[in-house]
Amino acid sequence: MAEQPTSVPLATPGPQTGPANAIDVRDVTRDYRRPRTSLRHPSPPVHALRGVSFAVPQGQRFGIVGESGCGKSTLLRILAGLDRPTSGSVAIDGRDITGLRERRLKFVRERLQLVFQDPMSSLDPRMRVGDIVGEPLIAQGHGNRRERVAELLEAVGLRADAADRYPHQFSGGQRQRISIARALAPRPKIIVADEPVSALDVSVRAQVLNLIADLVDELSLTLVFVSHDLSVVRHVCDRVAVMHAGQIVETGDTEQVYEDPQHSYTRRLIAAVPTLGKALSGVSAADLNQEYRP
Amino acid sequence: MSALVTEAAVASEGPDGRRRRRPVTGSLLVGGLIVALVLGMALLSFVWTPHDPTLVNSSARLQEPSLEYWFGTDKFGRDVFSQILMGSRTTLFVGFVAVGVAAVVGVPLGIVAGMGPRWFGELLMRGNDMLLAFPALLLAIMFAAVYGASTLVAMVAIGIASIPNFARLIRGGTLQVMKTEYVIAARAAGRGPFAIGLRHVLPNVSSLVIVQASVGFAIAVLAEAALSFLGFGTPPPTPSWGRMLQESQELLSSDPRLAVFPGVAIAVAVLGFNLLGDGLRDRFDPKLEDHR
Ligand SMILES: Nc1ncnc2c1ncn2[C@@H]1O[C@H](COP(=O)(O)OP(=O)(O)OP(=O)(O)O)[C@@H](O)[C@H]1O
Ligand SMILES: [Mg+2]
Repeated sequence: MAEQPTSVPLATPGPQTGPANAIDVRDVTRDYRRPRTSLRHPSPPVHALRGVSFAVPQGQRFGIVGESGCGKSTLLRILAGLDRPTSGSVAIDGRDITGLRERRLKFVRERLQLVFQDPMSSLDPRMRVGDIVGEPLIAQGHGNRRERVAELLEAVGLRADAADRYPHQFSGGQRQRISIARALAPRPKIIVADEPVSALDVSVRAQVLNLIADLVDELSLTLVFVSHDLSVVRHVCDRVAVMHAGQIVETGDTEQVYEDPQHSYTRRLIAAVPTLGKALSGVSAADLNQEYRP
Repeated sequence: MSALVTEAAVASEGPDGRRRRRPVTGSLLVGGLIVALVLGMALLSFVWTPHDPTLVNSSARLQEPSLEYWFGTDKFGRDVFSQILMGSRTTLFVGFVAVGVAAVVGVPLGIVAGMGPRWFGELLMRGNDMLLAFPALLLAIMFAAVYGASTLVAMVAIGIASIPNFARLIRGGTLQVMKTEYVIAARAAGRGPFAIGLRHVLPNVSSLVIVQASVGFAIAVLAEAALSFLGFGTPPPTPSWGRMLQESQELLSSDPRLAVFPGVAIAVAVLGFNLLGDGLRDRFDPKLEDHR
């Protein structure tokens, strides 16, 4: 299927010889200007990101956790070249994409695809599923569209006749599968998933998570996986960055962060949702408190 | 709002992602029926009218309604019912031309204003506001003075004056669509702005276009009547409800029915298109569909 990243012997000396990181984020900030609410003073800007840096080597599954509003989606939009940082830089496969015009971002569109949070609003309600999944193929001028779409639908566990139907005829979990099929269509090397299961029914979360994990394995993709739930990230990712108020407060191997959190914010996150099993069965932190009440 | 709620329903999407049934409201039903009636009258006039609506018959002037002349005759002896039938054609023609001009220019303008950079959209909308401030009827009278009075000229003018209504509404819809994740997904897929406008924005604002079109239709019908009444619209001998009203003026005290028939026709048609617009607005979400 897709070509493997060329492996480099580990013994090769020197820091510059390995393949470039899939993603390099350096000191990225993003301020949102807000509309004036007063005539005399301009509203202060929202600092959605305050100096975020991290690197994702090829083939890694990198998780980002943090509570709602901490800047996760903003960060993803910037590293997908869909928004510009106020300062700092982003490189994909070693190529700086900061400030590039849309026309020069073609290689990002080919190499990096997204899966969105809300399966309702991320699929155009007026488009047939076949056209939705095939959209990156049209946009990037691939041939054999029908066959490829059928192949993709099968790969995500949908029937081929789904192509002729509209998104509203599918359940949330099925829609997220459609979204995943669209992301895989142009054979990207990097998949960026923004809370792909948080809008789903608890009963289908595990299925969709496993699908993502399996496909990432099978196609040897690099994954950036965002969630507000550390236990979900733990299920999928090797490394994790914990984000709080626009900053990364802790980075490490997932198990290590989970077993031995260094930052107090991480500890609170872990305490909030104790196990994947509970998360998947829909038990929220509030329910847990209830459960253990004497 | 819905005084009359029937069982007929069309599938549309509910928040749970499954199909939800929405009732057909009274206004949609009544509006649809009236519009269908006007359409039926226009179609009928192509194959049949009881008399030649333009035939002047000096032996049959100012006849009262009878089996021969259902709505009576006017001061030239022309059959009023036949004129009303033929006049519905003018009414529809007027609506299609005015709405067509307004939509063909206003919709792309609104989409471009909504998709372009912010300053560009604001600039277009300021120009829009200036046009909006200009009275439509005055524009039509100026056009008639320059190009001569005809239905087409009057309606192109009314159409131009209605462009801002379309542009404003469609820009609002476009701004909403541009914020959705499916547009972000299309950008991530590598779609350019032109494809996004055509494939994603246009289909998703089309319900707004339909609503505004039926309201614009009502405005155009009324404007044609007013212009014909003032002598700047449809010239004789083409039957037009507005001109029938004007011609009835001098006989208002002796033969008020000559004003009543075209007057009622205009009022009912305008009401019908307005009700249809209202009903469609209720049917499609007040805001845009599927954007939460
Ligand atoms: N277009 C925008 N204009 C102004 N402020 C914004 C905009 N987008 C995001 N913000 C603000 O930036 C901050 C980060 O938002 P972001 O959507 O990245 O958070 P998030 O971590 O993805 O949250 P969630 O888990 O709810 O998706 C929030 O305070 C938000 O209000
Ligand atoms: Mg988010």
